[in-house]
Amino acid sequence: MTQQKNFYQLEKNILKYKEKIDKLRENEETIDYKEIERLKGQISEEWNRIQPNLTPLQYVQIARHPQRPYTLDYLNYLTDDFLEFHGDRRAGDDPALVTGFGFYRGRSVAFIGHQKGRTTSQRIARNFGQPNPEGYRKALRIMKLADKFGFPIVTLIDTPGAYPGIQAEERGQAEAIANNLKEISKLKIPVINVVIGEGGSGGALAVGVGDVLLMLENSFYSVISPEGCAAILWKDQAAVEKAANNLKFLAKDLLKLGIADKIIPEPPGAAHVDWELTFKNVDKQLHQTLKTVEAQSPGKRLQARYDKYRKIGFFTET
Amino acid sequence: MRKMWTRCNNCRRIQYKQDIIDNLSVCPACNFHFRLSSRVRLNMLFDEGKYELYDENIKPLDPLMFEDSKKYSDRLVQYMEKTSLSDAVLNAVGTMGNVKVLISAMDFAFMGGSMGSVVGEKITRALERAFKERLPILIISCSGGARMQEGVISLMQLMKTSAAIARLEEIGIPYISIITNPTTGGTTASYAMLGDINIAEPNALIGFAGPRVIEQTIKEKLPKGFQRSEFLLEHGMLDAVVERKDLRDYLIRSLHLFLNRSRT
Repeated sequence: MTQQKNFYQLEKNILKYKEKIDKLRENEETIDYKEIERLKGQISEEWNRIQPNLTPLQYVQIARHPQRPYTLDYLNYLTDDFLEFHGDRRAGDDPALVTGFGFYRGRSVAFIGHQKGRTTSQRIARNFGQPNPEGYRKALRIMKLADKFGFPIVTLIDTPGAYPGIQAEERGQAEAIANNLKEISKLKIPVINVVIGEGGSGGALAVGVGDVLLMLENSFYSVISPEGCAAILWKDQAAVEKAANNLKFLAKDLLKLGIADKIIPEPPGAAHVDWELTFKNVDKQLHQTLKTVEAQSPGKRLQARYDKYRKIGFFTET
Repeated sequence: MRKMWTRCNNCRRIQYKQDIIDNLSVCPACNFHFRLSSRVRLNMLFDEGKYELYDENIKPLDPLMFEDSKKYSDRLVQYMEKTSLSDAVLNAVGTMGNVKVLISAMDFAFMGGSMGSVVGEKITRALERAFKERLPILIISCSGGARMQEGVISLMQLMKTSAAIARLEEIGIPYISIITNPTTGGTTASYAMLGDINIAEPNALIGFAGPRVIEQTIKEKLPKGFQRSEFLLEHGMLDAVVERKDLRDYLIRSLHLFLNRSRT
């Protein structure tokens, strides 16, 4: 079998057009809107050619794209006066998870999101978006704060997974995740989860459960990374492609399985090609979703949240 | 029994197999706790080894048509034949010290005790039965974590089971988590760590990430005793490490204390 091209090779032309658009926009007085529209059309054309043949592994590469918008980029667009709150009040603060309150559409909303870095030093500082137990405990602290003041919670999911390290285990990585799941099931306020990139296993789940699960078109949410799965089941890193094909972790798969509730469309070329349009799409869906979920009474919402997970599972009963 | 002699995995000493079995499958020489099947577990814990299984007719499917070196559906059939189990957990009801209790016992022999739809469903049903009938519940974990062959459906079982535990909290019904060797991944990151008390057998491997994954990530050798029961006790993750010979008595004592009911 020939090796699939990776996505970064496929998108070369699109990025060339995007560069031209960015250049045209540099001088605000002489923007050639017609030319921009023409280039956008070319991006769409190119995307329509590439997109139908994308493999699951290539979607993973999109979800992990280094130019893809991250949590803080979304917060910058979606909120006014976002205030980041730090620390779990137990052991430390975790830069891999950002938490705080911000004004969204005119009222206070709690935001919780994994944060990756863009430069090497940022990536290291953010621990590649892999939280430690402090991150999950901080997230729960903020969620309980939101519950107390009656603010809805929006979580943005983008992590390879919870950090597998010695200290993480010592301080109870598993307990921190488990406790979040249990406690989130009791929150009286609406909890909306949005997978913006990578939904990496328990590390995603610990802040990735609630009333409604929205997934960006090119995001994924999986029990294990394709690399991890290849190593364990095939004992062969070359089997990553096979693992990705088997795991059924794409947004459209989760929608079909009844786990994701809605897919948020991404612009032609994917989120990293047009951040602004991506943010607009997220904003639109988020606003609508919040309205629907907030209309329910807390009692109904809690029961619906319980039922949402209660019914997930495939088995026979004779 | 074909072979009369066996070698302890831990101390490497050759011993009479029967001696080990008579000692609750604990090595008489080094106290190594051998893995137990779910049935032996239930026999060991319930009064006079008597119990009734329930939810026995729930069987797994292959929703993703998963195929690695073998088809998942074929693997399931093989494991069912090999273990005479329908999946990796047994739900049972009986008494312990004359207290009516539910016990769910996981079985590592069935696909490494991995948690897919059936394990998630049976554990949830057990917790819901505990809620409905106001019965204390014990879950004995022994599991490599979420079952990859059911993908994200397995991952969601973590939330399903944890939410059921949250409901038990509301009515003050005790849930005791008994963690045995090995318990890792999604099982640890859900019900195994959520007991009103969490106890473990000696020297059991308990963690979120597996030791090999951690070693590869940090590129260092792991300290001795890392992720073992005693290590978890030291770091505040467990209430007690209890030897197998004391386990039944420990559980009966704690049940009576939780229920505020004297044993005499």
